[in-house]
Amino acid sequence: MNEDERKTIGATGTPGRGNRETSPSAAARSLAGGAPSRKPVSKVKKVQEPPAKKAAPTKKTAPGPQASAPGGTGSTGKPQKPRLRAVTDEDAAEAMAAAAEEAARRTRTAGAAPLSAGIPLDEIVTALIEAAQRVLGTDWEVRIATLLATVRKRLGGDYQVDDFGFDPQIAELLSLAIEPIAEKWFRLEVRGVENIPEEGGALLVANHSGTVPLDGLITGYAVKKYAGRNLRPLGADLVFSLPVVGQVARKVGATLACQEDAERLLTSGELAGVWPEGFKGIGKPFAERYKLQRFGRGGFVSAAMRAQVPIVPVSIVGAEEIYPLVGNVPSLARLLGLPYLPITPFFPLLGPLGLIPLPSKWIIEFGEPVRTDAYEPEAADDPMLLFNVTDQVRETIQQTLYQLLVDRGNAFF
Amino acid sequence: MVARRLAELGEDAGIDKVVGIDTILPDTDLDGIKFVRADIRTPVIGKVIAVEDVDTVVHLDVNPPQRGRAGGKELNVIGTMQLLAACQRSATVSKFVLGSSAAVYGSSPRDPVMFRESMLARNGVRSGFPKDVVEVESYVRGFARRRPEVLITTIRAAQVLHPDVETPLRNYFDNPILPSVLGFDPRLQFLSLDDALEIFGQAVVRDRPGTFNAAGDGVVLLSQAARRLGRPTVPLPPFGFAAAARRFIRAMGSDIPPDLHRLLTFGRAIDTTALREIFGYELTQTSEQTFDDFRRSLRPGIMAAMGVRP
Repeated sequence: MNEDERKTIGATGTPGRGNRETSPSAAARSLAGGAPSRKPVSKVKKVQEPPAKKAAPTKKTAPGPQASAPGGTGSTGKPQKPRLRAVTDEDAAEAMAAAAEEAARRTRTAGAAPLSAGIPLDEIVTALIEAAQRVLGTDWEVRIATLLATVRKRLGGDYQVDDFGFDPQIAELLSLAIEPIAEKWFRLEVRGVENIPEEGGALLVANHSGTVPLDGLITGYAVKKYAGRNLRPLGADLVFSLPVVGQVARKVGATLACQEDAERLLTSGELAGVWPEGFKGIGKPFAERYKLQRFGRGGFVSAAMRAQVPIVPVSIVGAEEIYPLVGNVPSLARLLGLPYLPITPFFPLLGPLGLIPLPSKWIIEFGEPVRTDAYEPEAADDPMLLFNVTDQVRETIQQTLYQLLVDRGNAFF
Repeated sequence: MVARRLAELGEDAGIDKVVGIDTILPDTDLDGIKFVRADIRTPVIGKVIAVEDVDTVVHLDVNPPQRGRAGGKELNVIGTMQLLAACQRSATVSKFVLGSSAAVYGSSPRDPVMFRESMLARNGVRSGFPKDVVEVESYVRGFARRRPEVLITTIRAAQVLHPDVETPLRNYFDNPILPSVLGFDPRLQFLSLDDALEIFGQAVVRDRPGTFNAAGDGVVLLSQAARRLGRPTVPLPPFGFAAAARRFIRAMGSDIPPDLHRLLTFGRAIDTTALREIFGYELTQTSEQTFDDFRRSLRPGIMAAMGVRP
């Protein structure tokens, strides 16, 4: 009795209940455990099958000689009625082809076997060439040659970078690497590409989210793929003080988010991208997703006004869900000199596996450009005007975000 | 060398006398140039200026120290102070040309992509040669305040890359293996010797008061430079890079200038629009061309076979 009292409820009793820990309930067993009960059945079937198979050929071969002897091609497996029609031209051609193939096979095996026992070199070479042709098209030789030449040039340092350290070849490579992530993993949908000017400077202003600034990379990819231009992102100084990250950022076209650089990019007719929410945006908790933070101090508006280029509001939906930020360790972050130290449902828990972004569905919409050339360049010194334009851009993005969220429906499916 | 160029210029611009001052005797013949062997850290310099009736002073003795810290500061800062003191006393000096350095902008991750003359260093001028340059320039500004009638031209030049001119980057590229900072690929700019001489010549001959950046157009990444040289880079961790790199280079029987590590981490680029539009000088060589010319003077590195060499 004592023992019984110590046992938890449901641990004993009829075998149908299950104790939720070691043995599943009867219902669960009937769901999951259907297989064991079926196994014997299938085994029985397998055992039974061979005689059936054996029986089948005998059955088929029996009418065979009668029906298909004239053609010599054998039966095709379909239960056919005995063919009693005369031998047509088609049949003759078929028989000829089969005979020729048979002969060819014989000669091939006879010829190749003594030369290279097991390693058909010429076949491998032809297969390789065919594969190259299939992957790279008919001009594959030229392509491989140019590829090798490019590699050689890169190793020899014979390539150009601009004043910002932007290396178009590396940017191209990055774009290729991101394509499957953006298209297959995030199922990116891009809207309003026509709002990106085909030439001349423009400032793309986007919302920032996702704990890790992947949205910058994906936006850059979308601009390159769908508008055919290079996006030059403006990044925080933290980016450029980190080893490797800073170096790569410069090579793919990023530069420091400061007035001088923004104006230099815009006046030289480049497409610059800013994420004015900064760390407040990407480091905000998951509960506050899609709520825009303060848009910096409006420096991006003054840069655009000085350069007299349009501002294109960009709304990015999907980045919020890739790493849902549920916690933060401010003290450790301060120790490491980082703006925040994220805890996501998977990150420290699953280790490196937690670094895989969740496959949310993304929509990027490029909104209608806000023109700044209606204002004088000197208007950039009018703080009230700057605040107004900043608010206008922010409101546009916020409203578009709500619209896109409705359009997207479920975040993952 | 600058003196000789000035003497050539002087023939058609009306300069009668060029006096060169250095602590080391020149190794080549200086025809038409009077050479005075003097140390600018001593008051002797004042006497030279007074005796020779100097009207234009070209101060080119602000250089990164080749080794050791104290000597460099002594020469750069104290030398400039002595020279300026002498100039302030002199009644004849009417123009002062300072050969400053782009190091005045420091080097940090918060740098704008290109420095204009009006910008200040964000970081990286708290020690070493950059600090010297900042101090030297501030002394020159003080001198300008006290002698407003003297025309002052400050040329902030990027490092000259030429086999005959000892600059930190030139010595660095001389090494068979180049230590680099792990995870950083700095943007570097170079100035060709011809351009540098021409700029100083024009600063003397014409009146161009103000501060001007001077560097070849474009940038060369350190990785790119190393590949062109065909010399392998050895990435060392950023923390303690300076010490590690020095040990590494000493092991190769060479020496690394003490202030180079910051430049090798973050790099620096300067904007030469003012030189072009206000000073009125068109640079003849880009940074890349300067580097390639320099490269041809070196023997190819051990990895040179891996790439094409134009």
